[in-house]
Amino acid sequence: MLATRWEPWTEMNRLSREMDRLFGRGTVGMGSPFAGGSYPALNLWEDDDNLYADAELPGFSLDDLQIYVTGNQLTIKGERRAPEHDDGTWHRQERGYGKFSRMIEVPGDIDGDNVSAEFKNGVLHMRLPKSESVKPRRIEVKAN
Amino acid sequence: MSTTMTTTDHNKTNGSGKAEVSVRNGNGEQTYQTTFSPRFDIWEGDEELILYGDLPGVDPESLDIEFENRHLTIHGKVCHCYDDNRMLFSEYGVGDFHRTFTVGEAIDSERINAELHDGVLTLHLPKSEDAKPRQIKVKAN
Repeated sequence: MLATRWEPWTEMNRLSREMDRLFGRGTVGMGSPFAGGSYPALNLWEDDDNLYADAELPGFSLDDLQIYVTGNQLTIKGERRAPEHDDGTWHRQERGYGKFSRMIEVPGDIDGDNVSAEFKNGVLHMRLPKSESVKPRRIEVKAN
Repeated sequence: MSTTMTTTDHNKTNGSGKAEVSVRNGNGEQTYQTTFSPRFDIWEGDEELILYGDLPGVDPESLDIEFENRHLTIHGKVCHCYDDNRMLFSEYGVGDFHRTFTVGEAIDSERINAELHDGVLTLHLPKSEDAKPRQIKVKAN
């Protein structure tokens, strides 16, 4: 008998584990932040003219992120790579890596041409101007 | 869990992936300031230990790192600059980061250095000379 047999099911399981790790499914440590499809967590607020969305994305830069706006949908995509070491031991791996994609619907349409985003200390700040049609309008009341 | 680096925090993790720690003030009363336990990766090589920590919103001036008597304490202040009045939804809380590790290896504390880029802390803990692995030569008679 050969010392190393080709075991297709073992290969499949290994591949499946790799995929799970990559997409944050399965039992990846203690609740990987990339699990569940709701990464990154967002805070959203508004004033009369703009919506503002913040997300904590440590270790990303604007180049690693893609932000799309269509109508009232905001999509954020990105990828974070793990630090690479050839040898040594990992004692703890709590941070998540891999690709993510998240789409949210915001109340009211966004003026997609004037969206601005900045990165500061690993926090993404987005300003999403409301499109003219959804801005509050003051109605003049005429007295007779 | 390894014996090289241990942490005493056992915190619940909320949806945003941050573990929340309630802070009590001197009188034992609960305060409203929430502190979060940051996530860390720890790598050990022959020469040093490297800690990678996610500290979004912390700038280098407001990060305190102390190493004393094998206890490593990391505290990052985060400015809570929100106007909560017209919050539409909030999926994560904003607050200071705090975490303590106990380091089992002998560390050359003089040479510890840290960098903070894009909210990620990279902390190098070089091993002291006598803690490094040494090749033992076996003499043949």
